[in-house]
Amino acid sequence: MRMKRTAYPYILWIGIFIVIPLFLILYFAFTAGNSQDFSSFEISLSNFRRFFTPIYLKVLGRSVNLAFISTIICLALGYPMAYIISKERHKKRNIMILMFVIPMWMNFLLRTYAWLTLLGRNGFINFIITKIGLKPLDLIFNDKAVLLGMVYNFLPFMVLPIYSILVKIDKNLIEAAEDLGANRFEIFTKVIFPLSIPGVITGITMVFIPAMSTFIISSLLGGNKYNLIGNLIEQQFRWTGDWHFGSSMSIILMVFILITMAITSKFDKEKEGGGGGLW
Amino acid sequence: MVEKIGKRLYTFLIFLFLYAPIIVLIVFSFNDSKSRGVWAGFTFKWYIELFKDAGILRALYYTLLIAALSAIISTIIGTLAAIGISNMPGISKKIVLNLNYLPVLNPDIVTAVSLMALYRFLRLEFGFITMLLSHITFSIPYVILSVLPKLKQMNKHLAEAAMDLGATPFYALRKVVIPEIMPGIITGGLIAFTLSVDDFVISFFNTGKGVSNLSIEIFSMTRRGINPVINALSTLMFISLMILLLIINKRTEKNEIERGELR
Amino acid sequence: MKKIKSIVLFVLVAVIASMLAGCGESKPSINVFNWGDYIDEGVLKEFEKEYGVKVNYSMYATNEDLYVKLKQGGESFDVIFPSDYMIERMVREGMLAKLDKDNIPNLKNIDKSFFGLDYDPDDEYSVPYMWGTVGIIYNKTMVDDVVDSWDILWEEKYKDQIIMLNSQRDTIAVALLKLGYSMNTRNIDELEEAKAELIKQRPLVWAYQGDEVKDTMVGGEAAFAVVWSGDAVAMIRDNPDLEYVIPKEGTNLWFDDMVIPANAKNKEDAEKFIDFMCRPDIAAKNADYIGYSTPIPEAIDLLPEDMKNSKVAYPSEKEIENTEIFRDPMDIVVEYDRIWTEVLSGE
Repeated sequence: MRMKRTAYPYILWIGIFIVIPLFLILYFAFTAGNSQDFSSFEISLSNFRRFFTPIYLKVLGRSVNLAFISTIICLALGYPMAYIISKERHKKRNIMILMFVIPMWMNFLLRTYAWLTLLGRNGFINFIITKIGLKPLDLIFNDKAVLLGMVYNFLPFMVLPIYSILVKIDKNLIEAAEDLGANRFEIFTKVIFPLSIPGVITGITMVFIPAMSTFIISSLLGGNKYNLIGNLIEQQFRWTGDWHFGSSMSIILMVFILITMAITSKFDKEKEGGGGGLW
Repeated sequence: MVEKIGKRLYTFLIFLFLYAPIIVLIVFSFNDSKSRGVWAGFTFKWYIELFKDAGILRALYYTLLIAALSAIISTIIGTLAAIGISNMPGISKKIVLNLNYLPVLNPDIVTAVSLMALYRFLRLEFGFITMLLSHITFSIPYVILSVLPKLKQMNKHLAEAAMDLGATPFYALRKVVIPEIMPGIITGGLIAFTLSVDDFVISFFNTGKGVSNLSIEIFSMTRRGINPVINALSTLMFISLMILLLIINKRTEKNEIERGELR
Repeated sequence: MKKIKSIVLFVLVAVIASMLAGCGESKPSINVFNWGDYIDEGVLKEFEKEYGVKVNYSMYATNEDLYVKLKQGGESFDVIFPSDYMIERMVREGMLAKLDKDNIPNLKNIDKSFFGLDYDPDDEYSVPYMWGTVGIIYNKTMVDDVVDSWDILWEEKYKDQIIMLNSQRDTIAVALLKLGYSMNTRNIDELEEAKAELIKQRPLVWAYQGDEVKDTMVGGEAAFAVVWSGDAVAMIRDNPDLEYVIPKEGTNLWFDDMVIPANAKNKEDAEKFIDFMCRPDIAAKNADYIGYSTPIPEAIDLLPEDMKNSKVAYPSEKEIENTEIFRDPMDIVVEYDRIWTEVLSGE
């Protein structure tokens, strides 16, 4: 039991680098004044009042909408993929999973930027389309391009956790269901899918959060035309220098995500404390 | 039969989707033009220029240095923390675990700006140290999350037995606990390394004094036109990664055959 | 086990060794903060070699970016490159140090017309680095109309062919000029009108880009873009179908100057650096590399023919007759922020 002491350095670390910063952000969010001069702060709700006006709510709405759609697409594309991989033989399975991880080792900005070359007006896809005699498409600098960027970047985060749950499902359970006369559809809906829900939830979490807060994908593939909440926060901290408004938007984003996660995890009845299924 | 073809096709399409931009990167690292839009013939010149580009090489140096340091430090702190947490009583365990989840669940932009606020509050000068501290902070939770399950699997009485036999706690830790959870530690370290190499947002807000990693360098390039030199660098990194993975794969296979076990 | 241990140990040793190597040099150094892609980086090395001063070089994207970084502190810089109106603001807020001109003898190389400008009337704080105009670049193969007015950027038929600058001050200025107002207006009604114009234009705009516009235009993907003259020079060099015009309603004449922040730690070497940048051969190297216009006549003479004679980089007096220099917006800077956010967030 004496071994619990080994956690003390980390507890100290949590205090300094996680708890205090969050309190600072909270403090900034509920004060107003000159961001550069701590002594000028006074308690105020003006930042929140400013946020809850149509223009900013619209941005929030758009961010939620895009994050939601991209999570659904990732789930729709990722679940079958994870399922297919989990049914492969041991060796092939490992290689396929590795192939999902490898792209993540390449810089994600660079990979996202490369899409410009593919999707651009004179890009590769349009090159092929015009070769077969069709009219070139406008594939870039719109909502669809932003969605594509999100799905592209976050799909592995959906596939990996679902896969890691699917491979662990006890084969005997499936055999038992077969013996009891279940058909394949029933086996999937009654046995496999319910068992894989923890993986699905981790996947949703891991896709929804970064999709909700990204500011790079919308600026690279959206041509800066579609501000998301991430862009607003970035602008406040980098260009405008209004830390108070930036912090209050960060808090709103955080609360929003925590609420979403709380709702999602309601579906996960057999949640265990550790939640080690992340990877 | 149809099903099999369908599965193959689906897998192929998904992997095509994942790898299309990477293929583009590699192809354009041989393009004899600075512009992304045009193909102007084959060249090796970006590979030669890569080794003359002080800015990119420095960014590569900082990327690897910070990734290595933060991986090592966060693995040490994280492993010890995981051992400690698993020995904690219920309530404090829950609190620490939930706090541990915060950086994982927090959007990285929020983590980034909150750390930025902290450093400013502490009047730290932005630069190498602030970036390193930030990377350690977002890496530790992942190390803990990958070590904890291994601790759960481990036989609890193992360490106690060792201590009953006269081992000091430190000795028991070193000789019994650590070897037992080694796979989890290595996974954790690798995740920390990967996260650090790929991080952009948190580094971007918490660096200074000309210290930049590859992500920051690339970000400023996306605004002024990507220098194909960076494509060349990525191609080299991609190829060396592939070779490394092939070697590891071959070796584990050999080991497995030698040991006559196939997990 | 053993093997892993030795690998970890090896990495640790290598890392510590390289860190020590990094700390070992205690040469004097200066922190230079410049726009992205705005210098020939070889010049930095030459400076390091000649003066034995190490240069820590980093980059920003916009004047506002620079201002916030400076205000937030946490980092000190020795030489920065703000534009006219930002210099005015920084002087007003006491953020800049007065230059010791004795340390900058090469000031004599700079053309006299660059002195005594409104943003620094007594030339106490700033030394011109580059200058230029804002205009429309268009692809001759895609446009049949005569391009001579900002109005063309509001033409319905060029929907999704127009690229605007992702820079609040410049883009709001374009709308103000189109309406026939001064781009330095302090009248909120006029600014609101400009906002309405930009929101009206939004559906026609393909993207709001910064420097990445170069790739888009060189690749022939859009017909029009609002750009800085220096970028236009570089783009025309890569794609001869492009042409640059200064619209008849007038435009912005801008200057990027070198200044020293008040809290600089190494002012003396910073002044040496500024002096070095004003040497004709060095200024020519920079101007040639980035394509922007240098204020040093001797440097212009050293440029390759096509650049020396470029009407885009070095317009005649008549062409820049109808121009205005940005002034510090002072208190209405918050209005700019608000308008820009609303333009980019609207539908």
